[in-house]
Amino acid sequence: MSRRGARGPGWGLLLALLLALGVVPRARGVEEQGGTVQGFQVVTFKWHHVQDPYIIALWILVASVAKIGFHLSHKVTSVVPESALLIVLGLVLGGIVWAADHIASFTLTPTVFFFYLLPPIVLDAGYFMPNRLFFGNLGTILLYAVIGTVWNAATTGLSLYGVFLSGLMGDLNIGLLDFLLFGSLIAAVDPVAVLAVFEEVHVNEVLFIIVFGESLLNDAVTVVLYNVFESFVTLGGDNVTGVDCVKGIVSFFVVSLGGTLVGVIFAFLLSLVTRFTKHVRIIEPGFVFVISYLSYLTSEMLSLSAILAITFCGICCQKYVKANISEQSATTVRYTMKMLASGAETIIFMFLGISAVDPLIWKWNTAFVLLTLVFISVYRAIGVVLQTWVLNRYRMVQLEIIDQVVMSYGGLRGAVAYALVVLLDERKVKEKNLFVSTTIIVVFFTVIFQGLTIKPLVQWLKVKKSEHREPKLNEKLHGRAFDHILSAIEDISGQIGHNYLRDKWTNFDRKFLSKILMRRSAQKSRDRILNVFHELNLKDAISYVAEGERRGSLAFIRSPSTDNMVNVDFSTPRPSTVEASVSYLLRENVSAVCLDMQSLEQRRRSIRDTEDMVTHHTLQQYLYKPRQEYKHLYSRHELTPSEDEKQDKEIFHRTMRKRLESFKSAKLGINQNKKAAKLYKRERAQKRRNSSIPNGKLPMENPLHNFIIKEKDLELSDPEEAPDYEAEEMSGGIEFLANVTQDTATDSPSGDTGSDAPLTGRSSPPAAAEKPPAARAPSQPGPAACDPAPPTPVPAPPTPAPARQTTPRTLSRGRGLRRGRGWSAAGCRVRTRVRRRRAVCTAGARSSGPARAAAPRCSSSRLCRRRATRRRTRWSRRRRRCDGCPRALHVVPSTAWSRGPPVRGLE
Amino acid sequence: MGSRSSHAALIPDEDSLRRETGFSQASLLRLYHRFRALDTNKKGYLSRMDLQQIGALAVNPLGDRIIDSFFPDGSLQVDFPDFVRVLAHFRPADDEDAGLRDPREPEPLNSRMNKLRFAFQLYDLDRDGKISRHEMLQVLRLMVGVQVTEEQLESIAERTVQEADEDGDGAVSFLEFAKSLEKMDIEQKMSIRILK
Repeated sequence: MSRRGARGPGWGLLLALLLALGVVPRARGVEEQGGTVQGFQVVTFKWHHVQDPYIIALWILVASVAKIGFHLSHKVTSVVPESALLIVLGLVLGGIVWAADHIASFTLTPTVFFFYLLPPIVLDAGYFMPNRLFFGNLGTILLYAVIGTVWNAATTGLSLYGVFLSGLMGDLNIGLLDFLLFGSLIAAVDPVAVLAVFEEVHVNEVLFIIVFGESLLNDAVTVVLYNVFESFVTLGGDNVTGVDCVKGIVSFFVVSLGGTLVGVIFAFLLSLVTRFTKHVRIIEPGFVFVISYLSYLTSEMLSLSAILAITFCGICCQKYVKANISEQSATTVRYTMKMLASGAETIIFMFLGISAVDPLIWKWNTAFVLLTLVFISVYRAIGVVLQTWVLNRYRMVQLEIIDQVVMSYGGLRGAVAYALVVLLDERKVKEKNLFVSTTIIVVFFTVIFQGLTIKPLVQWLKVKKSEHREPKLNEKLHGRAFDHILSAIEDISGQIGHNYLRDKWTNFDRKFLSKILMRRSAQKSRDRILNVFHELNLKDAISYVAEGERRGSLAFIRSPSTDNMVNVDFSTPRPSTVEASVSYLLRENVSAVCLDMQSLEQRRRSIRDTEDMVTHHTLQQYLYKPRQEYKHLYSRHELTPSEDEKQDKEIFHRTMRKRLESFKSAKLGINQNKKAAKLYKRERAQKRRNSSIPNGKLPMENPLHNFIIKEKDLELSDPEEAPDYEAEEMSGGIEFLANVTQDTATDSPSGDTGSDAPLTGRSSPPAAAEKPPAARAPSQPGPAACDPAPPTPVPAPPTPAPARQTTPRTLSRGRGLRRGRGWSAAGCRVRTRVRRRRAVCTAGARSSGPARAAAPRCSSSRLCRRRATRRRTRWSRRRRRCDGCPRALHVVPSTAWSRGPPVRGLE
Repeated sequence: MGSRSSHAALIPDEDSLRRETGFSQASLLRLYHRFRALDTNKKGYLSRMDLQQIGALAVNPLGDRIIDSFFPDGSLQVDFPDFVRVLAHFRPADDEDAGLRDPREPEPLNSRMNKLRFAFQLYDLDRDGKISRHEMLQVLRLMVGVQVTEEQLESIAERTVQEADEDGDGAVSFLEFAKSLEKMDIEQKMSIRILK
């Protein structure tokens, strides 16, 4: 408290200084202009020349500096929402300005608000909208936005009118329509305020999206109601006919659907434009902003819902724009958008405060103000409960009592209401000032009071009667494990459901929209996960090849000597891995052990020993977070932290590596699932015998596979633009592995016999013939075929010897080798890529046999590498390698795999 | 309603399944649709690859373990009843179950003990009824970021086992496992509210 108190005057001083800067030069400017002309002046002081932009810039600066100030103390910002702080700051600033000038020179004008401040905020909301969640709850959101808003407007207006008739408000020059007009503008929940507060209160994603979506979509209702009642007021109560009412209802549909349509059209346009900005990368981000802004202005011009337009523009374009523009541009767009939105929000709240300091607008009527506050809260609560009751009969995820409380309480009003009320025409609405002051009170009350109390309320409601104690290690670990288990089960049981409409849309999108709106190269890498997978897949397969090559023909290299590094054709720029990993080890060890004070403090009571503390801390810090906890839906002030992506990547790598590994171990003959496989084999046997694919290479005659193969051939001819196989099938990549695994299970016990026959009916590109000879080796089932692998954490590489003999044999077969049993379609595909890369990368080394050149490093360095792998994200490491020289890749998995649990059987 | 009954007829042994798992008809039907959707080429059962295709599982540290739990004893396929039985562990416990249940009947799948047992068998890879230090380490490896060193992991695993281990055999038995979590609200933590 004392700190805050101390800061107040400090801020006041600073602001007074800033304002003085603004005021004093003005006086001097006048002075100088009046002075005598003395010929050419070297330096002139032209305040008027720059006055307006200067003042604007200063205000922005003040607001931004204020934000820095707020965040100096975590205590303050964790209790008081920033929006409330900004309003208070605005009040203080307004007071200072007024004290200096005695006129309210700075107010939030509707023009500035609607044209410059609101669009960035709403665009940001749309562009970063979690689409799936949004559309998944669209029905609920629409109900709240439309029915809820109408309900709020009508009940508030009518109730106020009723009280007015009872005479409690004294003598006011207001009619029913004025009350309804007021009701309609005060009814809408404000997107800016809601987001500002909800962002700091962590509620579940469904609740968040409902309140957030509602606040965005109710704009259409507000605009229509406002326009309708305003025109009714203009017409005068007696002249309103039934036709006008019908028109009003029609106009609702026109305004909302029209606004949406405008947004969608502009989104289409924007996506299309970004498709062709390849050569003007630098202005790419500009298009995003300009075209979205145009959608806003266009619908404003057509008197449609501008907020809906720009929201939907953002929602619809995000996917395509993100895919089309370069990574740098995407970053630019993200940051710029966040900056604009966050800045606009800051300015809005500050100016809400400043605008309130103007004695001219204040007209007090206690009954009116208080009753408005009561009515909007009560009717919102009633509305929410009623609608939720209806909705819960249809919703899969029920909205519980606590959700309803938060929703009712989270109905914050904000700058939209203020701007609308300021827009009112004083000549038509006689009591405009009363409306304005009431609106200001309502906004302040909801933002400051409800904003302050919603967080404690949520916490209080969630509070369980359990005592507060230190969780034990077991509880911590297993608790987290349960979270993961739960989210996995949710995914399996399909919480989101299998939506027919969504499937249709995905289909349509894939077949048409993406083809039109996305760069061909972008169509490949649409999905982040698939992207990761794609890279990983490629690299693992490359390493697989290399591993095989090594085992088959380069066994000698495994002797532990760094001299073998010479054999490896790594070009010089690559730093020594050994050194790097040691330094990494040292450096990162420090950070891993470092403790944050909070956890120290927490545990002071029950410190058993430091080690225990470290353990707890490590767990606390590094346990993977379950989905709900880390998934940020939308935040105006933060970009999605890369942490989550990193976590996803790490886990994904691990999972995929494990799957690949189990596939591989099976391929190499360490098949543990023999019994199961036999069972499976028996089932398949009949089919295989009759099949035209004698070795059962692709037991599932899935069209996807054929497609893949065709695509691969295409890729050979045009590496850049060929559409990607994975893009065609969302889970295609993963399926590959899965297929392969299954494949393996089918084939392994059957021995080597099947592999001789080439696959029929498939084209074999000419490149296949010149495949590196040893690449076939890994698919050799070694003599270890019958040994179940011991459950050691580090899977020992299978004996290399037998692989060698078979190499020449495979060499002699063109197609058979290419389509050999050990290789799935995807494997082949990858190999072609390897080859291609090799051609580019190491043209020189080729003559001596690329396989030989790709030597592993010594086993002593392997230990270090293993450690290093753990520290660096493997991801970046792999990527670097890939960029440098793909042939080096094979060393990665041998180290990285060691982290994974041992391959285990199903018994 | 005609469509519903026709759907319901698709589910084999629906009534007994409902009794066993406690799922409502609607839930069962929804799960059946989910099952069919996961079953890529309409085999009538799910294979490992069907489940591996769920993208979100690939970024779940325990994803593959969960998948494995659907395929006990080395089987390669899971049919609908088994699928539902696994999921039934996560049905929220409802109040009427406790009072009206026939004591002679086996404990429902979603009881606290069964929930715990489900979790336990995710750890206990070799099915010897004990979580060894090694098994604990493996789970930790899955669940902890790459920043943590192997030594730290080992020490954490060691301590975790020690903490729960009461009889001093260096491993956590199921009873010890349950005991170490007795303060935790398992019923609530291991339930998904949509699986009614």
